[in-house]
Amino acid sequence: MALVLNEDQVLLKDAARAFIQDKSPIAGFRKLRDTNDASGFDRKLWKEMAALGWAGIIIPEEFGGSGFGYVGLGVVLEEAGRTLLASPLVSTALIGASAVLRGGNAVQKKEILPAIATGDWLLALALEEGPRHAPYAITTKAEKAGDGYTLNGKKTFVLDGHVADQLIVVARTSCKTGDRDGLTLFLVEPTTPGVKITRTIMADSRNAANIEFSGVKLAADAVLGGVDQGADILDPVLDRARIALSAEMLGCIRESFERTIEYLKTRQQFGVLIGSFQALKHRAAEMFCEIELSISVVLDALIAIDENRNDVPQMASLAKARLNDTFFLVSNEALQMHGGIGMTDEFDIGLFMKRARVAQASFGDTVFHRDRYASLEGY
Amino acid sequence: MSDLEQFRAETRTWLEANCPPSMRTPPNDEETCWGGRNAVYKNPETKLWLDRMASRGWTAPAWPKEYGGGGLDKAQNQVLMQELGRIRARSPLSSFGIWMLGPALLEFASEQQKRHYLPQIVRGEIRWCQGYSEPGAGSDLAGLQTKAEDMGDHYLVNGSKIWTSYGNYADWIFCLVRTDAKAPKHKGISFLLFDMAAPGASTRPIKLISGASVFTQTFFENVKVPKDQLVGTLNDGWTIAKALLQHERNMIGGMGGANIPGGSGQRSPSTAAKRYSGEIDGRIADPVLRLDIAKHNMNSRAFGVTGQRMTDELKAGAPPGPASSMFKYYGTEQNKRKYELLLQAMGTQALGWEGGEFQEHELAITREWLRTKGNSIERGTSEVQLNIIAKNVLRLPD
Repeated sequence: MALVLNEDQVLLKDAARAFIQDKSPIAGFRKLRDTNDASGFDRKLWKEMAALGWAGIIIPEEFGGSGFGYVGLGVVLEEAGRTLLASPLVSTALIGASAVLRGGNAVQKKEILPAIATGDWLLALALEEGPRHAPYAITTKAEKAGDGYTLNGKKTFVLDGHVADQLIVVARTSCKTGDRDGLTLFLVEPTTPGVKITRTIMADSRNAANIEFSGVKLAADAVLGGVDQGADILDPVLDRARIALSAEMLGCIRESFERTIEYLKTRQQFGVLIGSFQALKHRAAEMFCEIELSISVVLDALIAIDENRNDVPQMASLAKARLNDTFFLVSNEALQMHGGIGMTDEFDIGLFMKRARVAQASFGDTVFHRDRYASLEGY
Repeated sequence: MSDLEQFRAETRTWLEANCPPSMRTPPNDEETCWGGRNAVYKNPETKLWLDRMASRGWTAPAWPKEYGGGGLDKAQNQVLMQELGRIRARSPLSSFGIWMLGPALLEFASEQQKRHYLPQIVRGEIRWCQGYSEPGAGSDLAGLQTKAEDMGDHYLVNGSKIWTSYGNYADWIFCLVRTDAKAPKHKGISFLLFDMAAPGASTRPIKLISGASVFTQTFFENVKVPKDQLVGTLNDGWTIAKALLQHERNMIGGMGGANIPGGSGQRSPSTAAKRYSGEIDGRIADPVLRLDIAKHNMNSRAFGVTGQRMTDELKAGAPPGPASSMFKYYGTEQNKRKYELLLQAMGTQALGWEGGEFQEHELAITREWLRTKGNSIERGTSEVQLNIIAKNVLRLPD
């Protein structure tokens, strides 16, 4: 596929932009934050997004989805990034749906996927146990108990963990912490006795939670995918999460960059527009180049998933590392170039920087992905 | 059989019959065919290959037939390139005439000039050089001072040019000269063609930090230039100069994009790091160097994908983007970083200057590293490219 959006994808992008700018401008995000909204997202809006086919955007039509694929999801997420839209797109439409699509048996798919597509169910992946992304450093334990399992352990930074209807828990069923083998994914209802969920308030005002599992009894059919073979589902799901999250980050980057360029053209100091200073021009032009490369990488990575290319892992690390770096650069420069007003809460530009750092830390920071890329490329 | 398939079949047959065996082997630098009045052909097949290709206009396949070109359309041109690639044929002619001057003549020259100069370029009879930069006009190219005075029936050229690639081998020069000293600097420049053998023209090679000397300084002392050797409108040469630069940047951008992703073989930083600094379990032993190399390679890949995206966007009918300055800037900076990484990976083995204690490729890398420093200076510095992006793309105020 050529590295351009096709006609349907362009229409989707235009529709997504119009809808999101209208229904959920940054003011909407501020309202959720300032009212300490219990859900942390707009449930009514999520149902509308589901009605547009976005909750089931990667889900095939046979399970009630709209089957637009990852390029479609990326297009919507990019537009969502422009207004910092807080929604279950990442936790549920992306991660939850892709995990069930890859790991689910016929019964699980039939039960869960249509409920995701209608916007009725929210999912959350309970993976991390430490403050930095480490997908195999799992000590949460699921031990055989009769026909089922008993689950014990603690999870952190579970996106949308406090509102989820189903948790997907990564637990160790054999081998030792750090091993890729011996992981198993479990579907856990948050209301199960022994599950304790505590919402964490993050700098980007998005939803996350810490979750404790104490002697949680699980039936045998709670397993998603193969026992001890959870990484075979987890790895591709994480790659999809890295790539699609990169698309959201791209939207944030482009919006904050455009706002900054506009500011350089209107703000006067020393009797001239500050955009006439070469010290700022060159930094703006350098950002432009990094953003152009980021646009290419995100699109190619999304296409790689849809085309089932065998370089999806490389593209995922390439995209996430590049978007981490570019978002870091642009968010810092945007703030600096806005000067004092950028430091105020009233002004939006700081919101993008807070989102930047949380997004950077999600599913692997730059060092994680450079290391992984080098390994994948054989050095 | 479609017309294009027919063309492919005929081309293949012709190339099989006409491409001499030695022209199907990789050339070294010395064997590059630049043509010209004083060309020396150590291998007679080089000249034979040039003449045969020129007879079909295939040294400039896309130029119109009436000017000696091949008259091929885009699709045919692509087929020809594929067929040349298939038999690993050498380029029959390397020529600033074809790469730079020709496209400018096609756009700006008079009919008579096109009929005179273009066929000579196609046949490789005249080797051209470019007279742009001056000792006092580098990044500020439009500030050039070499002047051409109107003497009635001719122009009298006085001044000096610098960084003229292969000026000492060139037969003719395409040269920017000041023809109106009183006009604003962009409005008093003209585009002249003249013979380097004319009385008063001389060159001096410039030795670079790498030890090589591919550039010259050229001097003009009362050089007489006939008036019909002015291209385009008097005092409007800057328009031609800009078009030519744009063309040149596109060419370099293309080279930077596709051909030097992470570097391959002996020029690959990851391979060099393993070989010179050691490896542990298949990984580069030094973890910091390893991540630096990964960063570089990832950026190169992103750059390559961007080149592909621009090509695809053009194919899909989007207007040409701001690509050329971005590619020039990013591609040349990447190339410099690649060589710095090679130096880091190879340590003192990449710092040898001459002698038998170093391998040939090691000595070459030392010189190439020094040469790359010019990448971000020549043809518009990195700073100039950033200025162009800020002005033409981001529309930041002056």
